[in-house]
Amino acid sequence: MAKENLSVWTSISFWRRSAAWVTGFATILLIWLTFDTMGQISMGTDADLQKGITKRVPAPTVINYHIDYKMSEKRGHEVPVIGKKEPFFGKEWSVKDAAALLHLGKLTSQSKNCMDCHTLLGNGAYYAPDLTKAWLDPMWGATMQGMTGKSTREEAMAEFLQHPEKYPTHARMMPNLKITPKEAQGLVAFLKHLSSIDTNGFPRGFSKTVDQFKAGGTNAH
Amino acid sequence: MLINIKSNSLTNTGQRIGLMYFRVAIILFAAQLLMGLIAATQFVYPSFLYGIFDFSVARMVHINALVVWMLYAMIGATYYMLTDETGEEVVMAGLGKLAFWVLTLAITVVVLVFIFVQIGPGTEKSIWLINEGREYLEAPRWADIGIVVVVLIFYANVFFTFLKGRKTGIMQVMVANLLALAGLYLAGMFFTDNISMDQYWWWWVIHLWVEATWEVFVGTLAAYALIKFIGAKREIVEMWLWIEVLMLFGSGILGLGHHYFWIGTPEYWWEIGALFSALEPVPLVAMFVHVLYDWGKEQGINGDKPTITNGPGMAWIVTNAFGNFLGAGIWGFFHTLPQVNIYTHGTQFTSAHGHLAFFGAYATILIGMMYMGVQGAYGVKRLKATFNSKMAITLITFGLLGMTVALTIAGYEQVLVERAELGGGWQAFFTAQNLPWYVQAQLWRLIMGLVTFVGFIYLVLDLLTIGKKAKAAEA
Repeated sequence: MAKENLSVWTSISFWRRSAAWVTGFATILLIWLTFDTMGQISMGTDADLQKGITKRVPAPTVINYHIDYKMSEKRGHEVPVIGKKEPFFGKEWSVKDAAALLHLGKLTSQSKNCMDCHTLLGNGAYYAPDLTKAWLDPMWGATMQGMTGKSTREEAMAEFLQHPEKYPTHARMMPNLKITPKEAQGLVAFLKHLSSIDTNGFPRGFSKTVDQFKAGGTNAH
Repeated sequence: MLINIKSNSLTNTGQRIGLMYFRVAIILFAAQLLMGLIAATQFVYPSFLYGIFDFSVARMVHINALVVWMLYAMIGATYYMLTDETGEEVVMAGLGKLAFWVLTLAITVVVLVFIFVQIGPGTEKSIWLINEGREYLEAPRWADIGIVVVVLIFYANVFFTFLKGRKTGIMQVMVANLLALAGLYLAGMFFTDNISMDQYWWWWVIHLWVEATWEVFVGTLAAYALIKFIGAKREIVEMWLWIEVLMLFGSGILGLGHHYFWIGTPEYWWEIGALFSALEPVPLVAMFVHVLYDWGKEQGINGDKPTITNGPGMAWIVTNAFGNFLGAGIWGFFHTLPQVNIYTHGTQFTSAHGHLAFFGAYATILIGMMYMGVQGAYGVKRLKATFNSKMAITLITFGLLGMTVALTIAGYEQVLVERAELGGGWQAFFTAQNLPWYVQAQLWRLIMGLVTFVGFIYLVLDLLTIGKKAKAAEA
């Protein structure tokens, strides 16, 4: 430069060095936090489930357990609660079979492009309901089991996924994505596993007051 | 049609390759808008193309065409300034041209498969050949690998030309930033059964692109454009560029945390994400101030009569300064704190922000660069805005603002009714979707989308004709 810089605040080399330091520092902090997060979000094991050890992302065998989503006084929001064992599609799944089923379900969720209508963990498109806690949705109780003629939540979901056009609930309908019976089972396992992930309380107050809302009127009587 | 843009006046290889990329970018831009119109229509009339061309398909092509046209325009702009900035012809230019054709062929195949095959069975093969099914990164794995190879060639062109030639501040930032931009794509190229892990790395690509490396890229483009369009002094522009890099990376890298509130990741991301993403608008204010300051103060600094050498280009750069601040800054800040985001996450609020941010931060400046390309292609000394230029910028900006406002209103309804009142879920979702005010908002979004599309037609017309007219007028 022809003339001496009078102030550091207009010195290009000062800003270049500062930019490099700040970027480097932020990157190192991100990498360090990433290592910590990787440890916390890697999948738990079947042994964890048996011993009642809570993992943010449980093992695939979580499909053998009852899952609920309850307010935690300590954390100030709802958390997944893994309860007693319950049959899934009429049986208990081995470690290997549960993992294979979840693998099929995750692959199917991607190859059918669920995420470009629905949101998963709140990410995706906004044309259809969020699926984070879809396994726990009250609609899979009497309403959809009645419509599909099935007697369990998982069977009703699997039937709906294979023939969504047969069970319309709104003008905006899910299209038939040629999902096979096996893929449908995989998807239901994927959704059940998804609902067991600790999402720090998202979504809040899941499906809490739909019945009250539908009943109408006031609560003042 | 786009071949009509003559490139006889281009004096160097970088500019010629740049123009090749710009032409394809415009075609993909058109595809993005058409797909958006289909998806917006389906929100209002759900039976439209149901079972034939479902929302998921239209939406997938909508967002992928968006990302790819922007990458094309970014690569094009980089080539365009490469020779001019370094003072050297592009090293291995032939390979660069070959890479362009390979990439264009690959993109064409991917889009045709998206449109005609759409989905596959739940196997690894589908992920490799048809659709990866991860929002924004739907391109199948074979295409991912192809993209990496092509980008490496592009990077080699830039890097070796840079080594050989002048090392301006703009080029230093460009070379470092492009390496990060290209490297980050690798974080999105694996499959896992663990969806939390999946989304953790998925955000490394999406966020560290659009809220860090792409923003820095915009900074370099704006710096170069200000020198070209209004004759701003290089020292001032480059000093600002380093300040922008400092602030963009300082806030944007850890701002990544705002995507880690609810995907299974630990609570400490609440604090980190909230703090750093709240700082993200700061550099956008700086960029805004910088552009307007230079516009007012730097023009004609060398004692020349103040002139803007590229009217429409400069208009888009100024729109970028406003749009980046409003769309990325304000609309992002709206819902970046976890206390707010727990209700707004995954609603039309996100969509409103997405539309104005991608437009304001990226589309605007890339259109400005296309005007720079047209000016160079015809060798015009001073490009003045035509009626078409004015119609294009007015209608597109008005249409985008209209869509954003409509989607914000829709998002507001959705947040209060679906999330706050009913707590999400199947019935809660549709209760909110069927509210009259929500439905009206979606209708307005469609109307404003049409306005945007009309503006786009003016834009294409203008890009095709403005150079020839200006050249004739100068002669």
